[in-house]
Formats: sequence, structure tokens, C-alpha cells
Amino acid sequence: MEVKEIIRQENMVYQRSSLLTSKPFSYCPGCGHGTSNRLVAEVIEELGIQNDTIGVAPVGCSVLIYDFIDIDFSQAPHGRAPAVATGIKRVLPEKVVFTYQGDGDLAAIGTSETIHACNRGENITIIFVNNGIYGMTGGQMAPTTLPGMKTSTSPYGREVATMGTPLKITEMIAHLDGVNFVSRQAVHTPAAVRKAKKAIRAAFECQINKKGLGFVEIVSNCNSGWKMTPVKANQWMEENMFPFYPLGDIKVDGKLVKTL
Amino acid sequence: MAKARGAIEVDIEKCKGCELCIGSCPFHVISLEQHVNSKGYHYAYMGNPEACTGCTNCAVVCPDGVITVFRAKSEV
Ligand SMILES: Cc1ncc(C[n+]2csc(CCOP(=O)(O)OP(=O)(O)O)c2C)c(N)n1
Ligand code: SF4
Ligand code: SF4
Ligand code: SF4
Ligand SMILES: [Mg+2]
Repeated sequence: MEVKEIIRQENMVYQRSSLLTSKPFSYCPGCGHGTSNRLVAEVIEELGIQNDTIGVAPVGCSVLIYDFIDIDFSQAPHGRAPAVATGIKRVLPEKVVFTYQGDGDLAAIGTSETIHACNRGENITIIFVNNGIYGMTGGQMAPTTLPGMKTSTSPYGREVATMGTPLKITEMIAHLDGVNFVSRQAVHTPAAVRKAKKAIRAAFECQINKKGLGFVEIVSNCNSGWKMTPVKANQWMEENMFPFYPLGDIKVDGKLVKTL
Repeated sequence: MAKARGAIEVDIEKCKGCELCIGSCPFHVISLEQHVNSKGYHYAYMGNPEACTGCTNCAVVCPDGVITVFRAKSEV
């Protein structure tokens, strides 16, 4: 069978979501933001909610999502996405409202907004891409940076005695009653991507079914900030990030499913 | 016996040569082209097209969403 006989519309089994705009992603090669953007688009498309969904883009590389998914977006000042999403959802409760934030945004400057939106149990969805660094601004240390990890502002590696241990904000918010669903996933292998998509879908469904806040952390790479090739970065992530940020569901239907 | 034969189509101009698809293909189908696209990236192509089953792994993992996958039943 010739390749040209196989490449026919009726044989197509996978194509990019039609909700993605024609703009090429401007992320660095191999960056997990691309894969995460793709999954959010696929879930919104499959749920058929593209006309009723409003995204809130943050500050950081993650902001660029507003260029790539063809739905309504607002943009929040650094860290304030959950507060902006709260406002939108309260004024337009029938809309599906989500934020898409990096770790510098969600777990550093936006810690307060994150915790209080979660504690109030706002009926929104939060997608949190944790690459352990401030990617967009040139690889500075974030609260999520691993002990010993070198960044432009911790050139000798993060020293726990002076800089503290990495903040597991996902475990923290999982304890709050207002939060209904919490999961930590990754997007570096086909199996991981398929699981991450299920979790993202569950976090959107949680909102649609008015159960409370759904939160999905995606442990991701920043090849440029980590100064590694994409393949090496994913390997480093498996060896170093996953032991500290273990993958899997943390809270389902309002109940912790993991001992924290 | 009917066996699934697959093929992928890569949007060459949008591929960034990150190589993540290469490692995710269970059948070692994909290679990077010696030539580069207009952005200067080596792009992915089926170096070993016979081996593709259309499993979709490469497309699922591609950060740039530039792979489309096709699958057909073959009698050979
Ligand atoms: C109020 C304010 N402070 C600081 C900045 C500079 N700034 C832009 S992006 C960023 C960090 C983003 O890091 P993260 O959220 O982890 O996103 P990533 O790029 O890693 O995805 C900072 C500090 C800003 N734009 N606004
Ligand atoms: S700087 Fe890091 S987070 Fe930003 S696009 Fe590049 S790899 Fe991704
Ligand atoms: S994963 Fe996508 S962008 Fe990366 S080399 Fe393969 S086709 Fe190109
Ligand atoms: S569809 Fe599966 S077999 Fe074919 S190139 Fe992609 S990963 Fe390899
Ligand atoms: Mg970051």
C-alpha cells in the first residue's frame, strides 16, 4: 500500500483541534506550553463549549494562549487571573471561565489570588503549568524551583537554607473545601498527554456541573530556561521534577484521594 | 490478514525539529530531514514509512500540533 493511498481524508485518525488558530505557536521548540494549549483546545472543542468559554490569560509565556485558541479571552495583570476569572464568572455565571497560568504567575506574585479564589470555591477552572522557573523573563528562580537547581538568580543552585523549599501550592489548595477536583499531570509522553487531557476535561466538567473549583497542574519543561535540549529537558524532568511533584489525581469529587 | 497501515503528514513550515515525536514513535518511523524549513529548523519526516501503524503517538505528543495521522486497513 502506497503512502499516498493511506493519506486520504477518510483515513484520518488524528488532526490538530479546529479551535487552534492558524498562527504557529511562538513557544520554544519542545515547550510543554504548546502541548498544554493543544489539550485545552481539544477539550473545549470536544465539550462543544467554544461559544460559551472565556479564558483568562496571565503574564508569562503562558499569556500567548490567547493568540492560539479561537475563543474569547481576557488578560489579567501578573498573578491576578483567578481574581479576574472570579469577576467574569460572577457576572456571567452561565459562561465557562478558566485561567491558564505559569508557576511564577500562580505561585509567586499571584499566591494570594490563587489561595483565596480556591478558598472561596469559585466555580472556575485553573490550568497551572509548572516549569519551575520564570520562563519568559529569562529563567529566574521561582518558588517552585527545585533545591540545588541553577537559575539566572540562583546561579549556584537554590539553597534551601536561604531560599526555602519549593512551594507545593497544588497540595496546599487541595486541602481547601471550595476545591472539588485537583490533579497533577505532565505532557511529555503520549501516555502522559492522554491522562492530562482526561484531567483537564474533568476540571472543566466540574465547573459545568457546578461542583466547585477544578485545578490541574501540568509539570512541564522550560528548555530555554533550563538550558537543555527538549529531549534532555524531559528526561531531567522525569528524574528530578516528578519525585518532588508526583503525578496523579489528588482530589476527586471533593475528597482527597492521596495522602499528602 | 488485515493489518493497520499508517502514515503521517507533517506541516513542515511549522515543525521546530524538537525531536519529541521521534522518541515517542514505537516503530522508529520518524527522522529529521537534513534540509531546514524557512525558519531554519530541521523538520520531521517518515524515514521508515513502511513501519507506521497510525498509532497517533507522535501527533499526540507534538508540542506544535503539526502532525496529522492516517490509518488504513491493508490486506498484505
Ligand atoms: C507586575 C509585573 N511584575 C513582573 C513582571 C515581569 N514578568 C513577566 S513574565 C514573569 C514570570 C512568568 O513566569 P511564569 O508564570 O512561571 O511563566 P512561564 O514564562 O515560565 O510560563 C515576570 C516576573 C510583569 N510583567 N508584571
Ligand atoms: S522560555 Fe521556556 S516556558 Fe517560555 S516558551 Fe521557551 S521553553 Fe517555553
Ligand atoms: S514533535 Fe512536532 S515540532 Fe517536534 S520535531 Fe516532531 S513534528 Fe516537529
Ligand atoms: S503514527 Fe505511530 S507509528 Fe506512525 S509515525 Fe506516528 S508514532 Fe510512529
Ligand atoms: Mg514558569
